[in-house]
Amino acid sequence: MCLAVPMRIVKIDGNSAVAEAGEISQTIDIQLVPSIQLNDYVIVHAGFAIQKMDESYAREALELFEEMGRIS
Amino acid sequence: MKYVSEFQDRNAVQYLAASIRERVAGKDLTIMEVCGTHTMAIARSGLRELLPDQLTLISGPGCPVCVTDVSYIDRAIALSRMHGTVIATFGDLMRVPGSDSTLEKERANGADIRIVTSAMDALFMAGQKAGQRVIFLGIGFETTIPTVGVVIQSAKSRHIRNFYVLSSHKIMPPAMKALCEGDVRIDGFLCPGHVSTITGPAIYDDIVKQYGKGCVVTGFEPTDILSGILMLSKQILAKTPAVENQYKRAVLPDGNPRAKEVMDEVFESCDTPWRGLGTIPASGLKIRDAYASWDASVQIAVPVKESREPHGCRCGDVLTGRIQPEACPLFGNPCTPDYPAGACMVSSEGTCAAHYKYGFHRK
Ligand code: SF4
Repeated sequence: MCLAVPMRIVKIDGNSAVAEAGEISQTIDIQLVPSIQLNDYVIVHAGFAIQKMDESYAREALELFEEMGRIS
Repeated sequence: MKYVSEFQDRNAVQYLAASIRERVAGKDLTIMEVCGTHTMAIARSGLRELLPDQLTLISGPGCPVCVTDVSYIDRAIALSRMHGTVIATFGDLMRVPGSDSTLEKERANGADIRIVTSAMDALFMAGQKAGQRVIFLGIGFETTIPTVGVVIQSAKSRHIRNFYVLSSHKIMPPAMKALCEGDVRIDGFLCPGHVSTITGPAIYDDIVKQYGKGCVVTGFEPTDILSGILMLSKQILAKTPAVENQYKRAVLPDGNPRAKEVMDEVFESCDTPWRGLGTIPASGLKIRDAYASWDASVQIAVPVKESREPHGCRCGDVLTGRIQPEACPLFGNPCTPDYPAGACMVSSEGTCAAHYKYGFHRK
């Protein structure tokens, strides 16, 4: 029940939105993340968006991994 | 970016695992992964095989289904037997053993029990079932609590009077502190990523200050988990415990302020029983008086007999890291995910279920 996964917002309609991840598409409630916009990635848990993913931190981590890949 | 596959990079996984092995060589460390989703992710990805023998990973009490007390299940069952009542619950709770029944058995005997994947679905159900009352079984940690809060607020603003929540919500830090006071060796904590998404990392400050244990907020992909373990190992070996955040892409310094506001508006602190840990002061959240009309424990009186734990189940010892599931005499026979004797075998995030499903033997 604790599962929370990143999904992309493809449609917004008031307090709800449609979010997608791969083949899965789901209607979610977005009241907990007021600043949501189309194409944002959010973490979805129990039918709710609970946070927006931060792209700059994600890139930072990935760059580090790339570097690790080069040295390993 | 999809925020998933990128964080499963094989080369990075190998590099991180090698760094951990190098660092930990000759030392002896015990790390607790507090969160059931970490337990499951570690089991599924086979990460344990990459880690050195001297690094012991133990699972903690961070699976809400597993720590739900028997008395709560008994109360939910008693409510389900009342006339005109629909129970709405997350599916995981269906097979958790109460004193002498489960919600699944009650449903087979005619009780109206529906599985929902969101508290909001339970509220919609109430809207469609005038004349009946819908009771949502509210369990979960900080990750889930704000979603239930939003739903209770919606019930109020839409004047939906036949919707109730039976709240057994719990917060993580008091349970971690209780473990620090216990007799199980823990050198540091991999802290639950999605609890921290809501709260921010500061909730672990006291654990560092009072108990000197490192706390690394960690994500759920293989590179996240290994990075978290590496950060924590460095802290432990250098004796510089601190709160660090490995999962910055989802955990901001303040967490999610809107979600915290909702949680605070609808709920207040209370003592609550944890399966395996007993009653921990100020570790639960109950519904505030302003929302008492939607609180099943206030509005619906129902007699419940004294509860008893399933015979022979050692969930309590599993949840506190005292034993590995294989040490329980019931593990695998008769206790399996199809016929669970205890809560830890029910939820897919339960430690016993993870051990059974992935058949690994912990080092
Ligand atoms: S194996 Fe089954 S009976 Fe034993 S502790 Fe785990 S859930 Fe309880």
